[in-house]
Amino acid sequence: MTALTETNGATMVVERGNGSMPRYQIAIFLALLALSLAAPFFLYPVFLMKVMCFALFACALNLLLGFGGLLSFGHAAFFGSAAYVSAHAAKVWGLTPEVAIILGTLAAVVLGFVIGLLAIRRQGIYFAMVTLAFAQMVYFAALQAPFTGGEDGIQNVPRGDLFGAISMSSDLSLYFVVLVITFGGLLAIYRIIHSPFGQVLKAIRENEPRAISLGYRVNSYKLAVFILSAGFAGLAGATKAIVFQLASLTDVYWSMSGEVVLMVLLGGMGTVFGPLVGAAVIVTMQNYLASFGAWVTIIQGCIFVVSVMLFREGIVGVIAKLIRRPL
Amino acid sequence: MNDVILAAENLTKEFKGFVAVDGVNLRVRRGQIHALIGPNGAGKTTCFNLLTKFLSPTRGTITYGGKDITAMSSADIARLGLVRSFQISAVFPHLTALENVRIALQRRRGDSFDFWRSQKILSRFDEEALSLLAEVGLSEFANTSASELSYGRKRALEIATTLALNPEMLLLDEPMAGMAQADVERITALIQRISANRTILMVEHNLSVVATLSNTITVLARGKVLAEGDYATVSQDPRVVEAYIGAGHG
Repeated sequence: MTALTETNGATMVVERGNGSMPRYQIAIFLALLALSLAAPFFLYPVFLMKVMCFALFACALNLLLGFGGLLSFGHAAFFGSAAYVSAHAAKVWGLTPEVAIILGTLAAVVLGFVIGLLAIRRQGIYFAMVTLAFAQMVYFAALQAPFTGGEDGIQNVPRGDLFGAISMSSDLSLYFVVLVITFGGLLAIYRIIHSPFGQVLKAIRENEPRAISLGYRVNSYKLAVFILSAGFAGLAGATKAIVFQLASLTDVYWSMSGEVVLMVLLGGMGTVFGPLVGAAVIVTMQNYLASFGAWVTIIQGCIFVVSVMLFREGIVGVIAKLIRRPL
Repeated sequence: MNDVILAAENLTKEFKGFVAVDGVNLRVRRGQIHALIGPNGAGKTTCFNLLTKFLSPTRGTITYGGKDITAMSSADIARLGLVRSFQISAVFPHLTALENVRIALQRRRGDSFDFWRSQKILSRFDEEALSLLAEVGLSEFANTSASELSYGRKRALEIATTLALNPEMLLLDEPMAGMAQADVERITALIQRISANRTILMVEHNLSVVATLSNTITVLARGKVLAEGDYATVSQDPRVVEAYIGAGHG
């Protein structure tokens, strides 16, 4: 029930179903879940949690970029500000981790509303530039504001006790909390993509003037998806701050925005599983190639060039094309 | 029959010193097929964009069904029942034909901001979408993605999508542009059929189509109304003949 379609030279696998999750996708989700449950017993849990946080971050951006057709180059603003708020809430206010994460996410939602409201008035490259400009303002605020700790960031954030009862000091127990957050986030994003709202979103991505001519007030939809995307990016950032016990300028810096775009493109924009793969590849590279120092950036750059030149649909996009099924 | 559904008064659009549409007065009567013709660059498409507010007029007013719509947004105008098509075929390429039509049917739910609900609830529109596809001869392509359809079929899909809104008035921008003769005949028949209880304003270059379909023709040249009337009147008008064939344009 699938087919390949060609527009502007790029190929994409089109879904043809009634909206329920196809069996093979359920299988992939379950396999991922099983892998994630087993993984911390073989691999370093903190590394895995980092992968999961970035996977969620990339999925958040993919919701906006792959399904809303909007390229934000300032998503670090949401990731980073949520990290700061959650770190501050946990450290200074002494709140439990789940409350800190919720507050961080809410902060990103509010920021998403404000930035989104202004950014969606422009399209294409201008939209990207506006989001970048706002993200740089957030970066500057993080550098200057008294509570962010400037260059040092907020360090030694306590992981606290979940619901004030379960200690999160062991990596393993925190791992399963992060697992729940990540999978919850992924399933929520999946549902958004496959909702009546998601359907309108795809129509706007495909042909905005036509969507308008059918009576859709497209800016409201764009704003809504922008806020949702910012919220999930915030959820990822807030969780990351608890995992690493740190919120720093790196989280709000423009290179973070670039990195997550890279993850989405490498994995496969507009696919369900692509951002996960992209995030896993990039984070793994950063971790295992860390000994190369500054060379990591160059290696990343080369991979990006190769992926754009050879497989524009991204890793998962290419696989989806081969098996002729949307992934 | 003299009931005017769409009217433009002194409609003007200036682009940095160039006047694309210059004081156009247009009255489209309810239930008619009204054609807007004219040589290239006469301002037909600009006029269309102004009427549907894809462009804002520099001066002038537009009324639809007695209501001033000059300040309204495109989406809101569509919600009033004045729906346009586009010169280049306007489909959603990566959605199936069925989904294309369903996007329009989905408008009946009002706004679809319910991102927490499964799109399965949209399947209640499937039956109606299929019957609309059948109406334009696309039944067998329901599950084909729009980008795979031939040009003529894309136009047919576009019409089915537009009809799904059950609009009171249709604005068709060159519905036959780039179409093979067989398709032209099919779409002509289709337009005739759907015009039964609707008003249609169309821009069209194919004069035989215009002659077959339209009750009233407005000829535009250089942004101004040159002539108006039925096909016989307009085609005999020496100014029209000159605008099309004679010197002075180009």
